[in-house]
Amino acid sequence: MYVAVKGGERAIDNAHAWLAEERRGNPAVAELSIAQIREQLSLAVNRVMAEGSLHDPDLAALAIKQARGDLIEAVFLIRAYRTTLPRFGGSKPIDTGVMTCDRRVSATFKDLPGGQILGPTFDYTHRLLDFALAAEGEPSIAADAPDHCPAPSPAPSPATSPDHDPLQDKVKDAMAAPADIPVSHSVPHVTAFLNREGLIEEAAQDDTTPPDLTREPLELPASRALRLQALARADEGFALGMAYSTQRGYARNHAFVGELRIGTVPVEMEIPELGFAVEIGEIEVTECETVNQFKGSRYEPPQFTRGYGLVFGQTERKAIAMALVDRALRWQELGEEDSGAPAQDAEFVLYHGDNIQATGFLEHIKLPHYVDFQSELELVRKLRREAAATQATEPAP
Amino acid sequence: MSDYNFAYLDEQTKRMIRRALLKALAVPGYQVPFASREMPMPYGWGTGGVQVSAAVLTPADRFKVIDQGADDTTNAVSIRRFFERTAGVATTTRTAEASVIQTRHRIPEEALTDGQILVYQVPIPEPLRFLEPRETETRRMHALEDYGLMHVKLYEDISRHGHIATAYAYPVKVEGRYVMDPSPIPKFDNPKMSDSAAIQLFGAGREQRIYALPPYTQVVSLDFEDHPFEASKADHPCGLCGAEDSYLDEVITDDAGGRMFVCSDTDFCETRRAAGHAGAMNTGKDAA
Repeated sequence: MYVAVKGGERAIDNAHAWLAEERRGNPAVAELSIAQIREQLSLAVNRVMAEGSLHDPDLAALAIKQARGDLIEAVFLIRAYRTTLPRFGGSKPIDTGVMTCDRRVSATFKDLPGGQILGPTFDYTHRLLDFALAAEGEPSIAADAPDHCPAPSPAPSPATSPDHDPLQDKVKDAMAAPADIPVSHSVPHVTAFLNREGLIEEAAQDDTTPPDLTREPLELPASRALRLQALARADEGFALGMAYSTQRGYARNHAFVGELRIGTVPVEMEIPELGFAVEIGEIEVTECETVNQFKGSRYEPPQFTRGYGLVFGQTERKAIAMALVDRALRWQELGEEDSGAPAQDAEFVLYHGDNIQATGFLEHIKLPHYVDFQSELELVRKLRREAAATQATEPAP
Repeated sequence: MSDYNFAYLDEQTKRMIRRALLKALAVPGYQVPFASREMPMPYGWGTGGVQVSAAVLTPADRFKVIDQGADDTTNAVSIRRFFERTAGVATTTRTAEASVIQTRHRIPEEALTDGQILVYQVPIPEPLRFLEPRETETRRMHALEDYGLMHVKLYEDISRHGHIATAYAYPVKVEGRYVMDPSPIPKFDNPKMSDSAAIQLFGAGREQRIYALPPYTQVVSLDFEDHPFEASKADHPCGLCGAEDSYLDEVITDDAGGRMFVCSDTDFCETRRAAGHAGAMNTGKDAA
């Protein structure tokens, strides 16, 4: 007698109860607090904010806790929360030129106005497990916390650049800005130096309100602003793989990291009732500007071109990857050849970079497909029956 | 759930979805792009259907959810609970009593009636997608009514297998114009789409598309004169209710090749058993 393998209601309740228990782990071990996650797993928090498209470290930390450390699941929780939030309006564009930098490096110039600031990076650490951390002791820390680069002031001052870290001694203090470069901000962008000589393509200021793919369906061809939005919230692993493929020759674009900067910027919003903009807070962002080769065309002499990445939080792998993919996607506009590489294909990149879409669809194949499978089963049986009958009447030669 | 609006979505979003639904009903079979929202369940698990249901549900509605024809499969339970929680609407498992039915992969056996809405969950709304991966291309093909590629594919199936080798998500043509994906229902269900008294709405969340069939729309499964379309199913009666004309699930009953066939539509099967019908495997005591 057939006993139905059903009873979804009870199964779900039990699964949820078990999940809650597993999330907590051994109750003899102290429970993680949101503050601990926010402070000590801050790079995970940053990634969840970036891909969740919502800057709120506490909510991101909560999502990580609830998701048992599964960051894509945490991004999902944040996205599903974000989508319910009302929109009061848009902020003014942030000005990364006035960023209070924790880190600012250029791979194209040994030294430059504003200085090279190594900041809190893994770059030159030796990847040796620090067993002192396992012993839950305090790890050895630098004698002084690094200074931030100067806050907005008329000109950069060498005295304010960090010189405490021995590694940072290797990169010179910030030098004074050359007299012929106008210093409107404390930390000018490297690309602005190149621009003065016409060595890099112009990036004209554009004040049109950028499109928003979380409010409008994605339609192709997508503008650069829309592509950048999609990349900023794309899966870090996907962006990394795409960017890496360009480095290995699939639409190679010879990228230099002109500049990578991480720090906090003020966010301002125009308040209609007041008639002027007020600062509503500060956010940490990572910005990457790449300088890429360009052969020139019939109409333009050779000059460098740009790739751009901007991501919430300290997320430099993602920002660099974003800039490389952005540059690869600009092939048409720059009159380059379509080499058929995945990173050049906007439809391919934009439709497959979102990890919430991807993971949902991938994992849905766990859902029952009895009905479809049954119809396939019938079809295969029928085809096999007919093939057998044909073989019986026409023996193989 | 006072933190959320009736049926979860805010009214602005519902209005956006309703606009897309109206456009879809005005151009049957045409895929209308809509700004699909992130939902609290994953893409691929019915977010398109859930958004459509959220946009059409009213407090007076009675809601039914099926997955693979059954009301008690886990994802159907999950979606039904979601609306019980966020909309507080009455729910039912009876096809005839429901005013809105959300479905994945099946059309109920019982004919739908005037005033009912059937909401399909759609994974890939584009019937041409596996022939042409580019959205820019497929939109152009629909605009030009350029469906040659689809006919070539069906023809190649016949020359290779002697049959059209598509058993589910079998493409249809709507009112002689748009080729449409019926969602992954078995082709057995295709004829039920045509001339139905109910409104049929299709939501694809991840792909951001909505399409629709107004009541009494002509829906024709693609075929050839010498290879006419055939709605097929397992050649058995239901083991529980004895129905000869319902779509069947095959259930493996032991590890020695034993199997039985039962209605995939659980409400249909239960209604028949309650009316005294019995199949060969039903010893009088219903399965739990």
